[in-house]
Amino acid sequence: MSDTETEVEELGTLPLDSWHRAQGGRMVPFAGYEMPIQYEGIVAEHTWTRESASLFDVSHMGQLSVSGDGAAHELEKLLPGSIESLKPGKMRYSLLLTEAGGIIDDLMVTNAGPHIALVVNGACKWDDIAHLREHLPDAITLTHYDDQALLALQGPKAGEVLEALVPGTDELTFMNAAFFTWEGVPLWVSRAGYTGEDGFEISVHQEHVARLADALVADERVKPAGLGARDSLRLEAGLPLYGHDLDINVDPVSADLVFALTKKRRELGGYLGHKAISARLADGGEVRRVGLKVDGRMPAREGAAVFAGDTQIGTLTSGGFSPTLGYPIAMAFLARDHAAEGTEVEIEVRNKRLPAKVVPMPFVPHRYYRGK
Amino acid sequence: MARYFTDEHEWIDLEGDLATVGITDYAQEQLGDIVFVELPDVGSNVDKGGEAAVVESVKAASDVYAPITGEVMEANAALEEDPALVNTSPEEEGWFFRLTVSDRDELEGLMDAKAYKAFCDEL
Repeated sequence: MSDTETEVEELGTLPLDSWHRAQGGRMVPFAGYEMPIQYEGIVAEHTWTRESASLFDVSHMGQLSVSGDGAAHELEKLLPGSIESLKPGKMRYSLLLTEAGGIIDDLMVTNAGPHIALVVNGACKWDDIAHLREHLPDAITLTHYDDQALLALQGPKAGEVLEALVPGTDELTFMNAAFFTWEGVPLWVSRAGYTGEDGFEISVHQEHVARLADALVADERVKPAGLGARDSLRLEAGLPLYGHDLDINVDPVSADLVFALTKKRRELGGYLGHKAISARLADGGEVRRVGLKVDGRMPAREGAAVFAGDTQIGTLTSGGFSPTLGYPIAMAFLARDHAAEGTEVEIEVRNKRLPAKVVPMPFVPHRYYRGK
Repeated sequence: MARYFTDEHEWIDLEGDLATVGITDYAQEQLGDIVFVELPDVGSNVDKGGEAAVVESVKAASDVYAPITGEVMEANAALEEDPALVNTSPEEEGWFFRLTVSDRDELEGLMDAKAYKAFCDEL
């Protein structure tokens, strides 16, 4: 047997590097860092996240802030969502766009009171910073919190676990964030994540992150989980992964991310890419990101061609075996006349044709906490 | 019965003119949770070092190579129902396929259990 060898580059280490190794994490290169792909095993970690709670280290992600007079107004020139109307503590999913409407990155934007907080993808953060700095006026301050670690606690028991450690956090509802302190350590806690489950992302200074991670896994309801489970969980949740399902040649309409284009801003515009996206909204574009349920058990992976008869109608951008559902699932960009729910297609894998069907996403229902 | 190992982490058991092939415990441990095994068709011919099967873990697909040249006589049907047998019993119940031995000279250069263990310890 053989695995594709991964290219070895200069890799950074994250604040929890030795913590992961002590926990038995198998480290792999990812987004320029050595990161744990798994500890106990991907399926076990996946299932534990769906049933209890898992701790993910996502410190590779870029934690930025934009501040200064008119910061929200200036950001709105670069993002298709309403930022000025975002109330303190509220967050929103958004996109950095090129003038042609291509997606530079997807990100979370939070009104953090004195500043607007951004969480961007690890592999994109340097380009994002350059893009923001290029377009924001000099009077607007852009800060990169590279000394902050980021932990994600995800799963149906995340609320009760964090409440026991940091009282008050369980009162946050999905897509809300606030400051807390834990043993004198400031925490910026967001009720959000990338698994489809209830959960939190916790920003903490790197000096304290190992102690916080220890305190979280000391709770028997929590186990560490790696990138492998993070990927299979987000796929089941129908959430796109930048660099795979999204890139600079993909626009939000084709990517089925129209919800990130706030209605008012779609009409009024005033952001980079608006013209191109308006045209795309009007003509619908040629392709659409869809979910596919694959017959049988053989997984189809990123890059596999999708056919209707003899005609290639698209390509898989993510795909794998769903541990929760027990069958393979995938995301693909398909020609729009083959993108309707229920459309039957075939995926080519190693010269075989696997029957598949367009199904709605998420594949596994989201279970976000929206209040009692 | 003699068992040999390849540096691609396949094992091969010889019984007369028939050989059974699977992947080693080390291999399954590296691959992680196995969700699908694509086996060669019975009656097909495989070449030493050529692709003979594909094992799919949650994270990736990996090729399994034929340790020797031969004709496939049987594929392990149990793996269709339960591919995780490769994780739980890689060197027994989780075997992949059986094939004829066409050239015994091809066994030269394969490792015995002791040499294979030393090989893995070096990795």
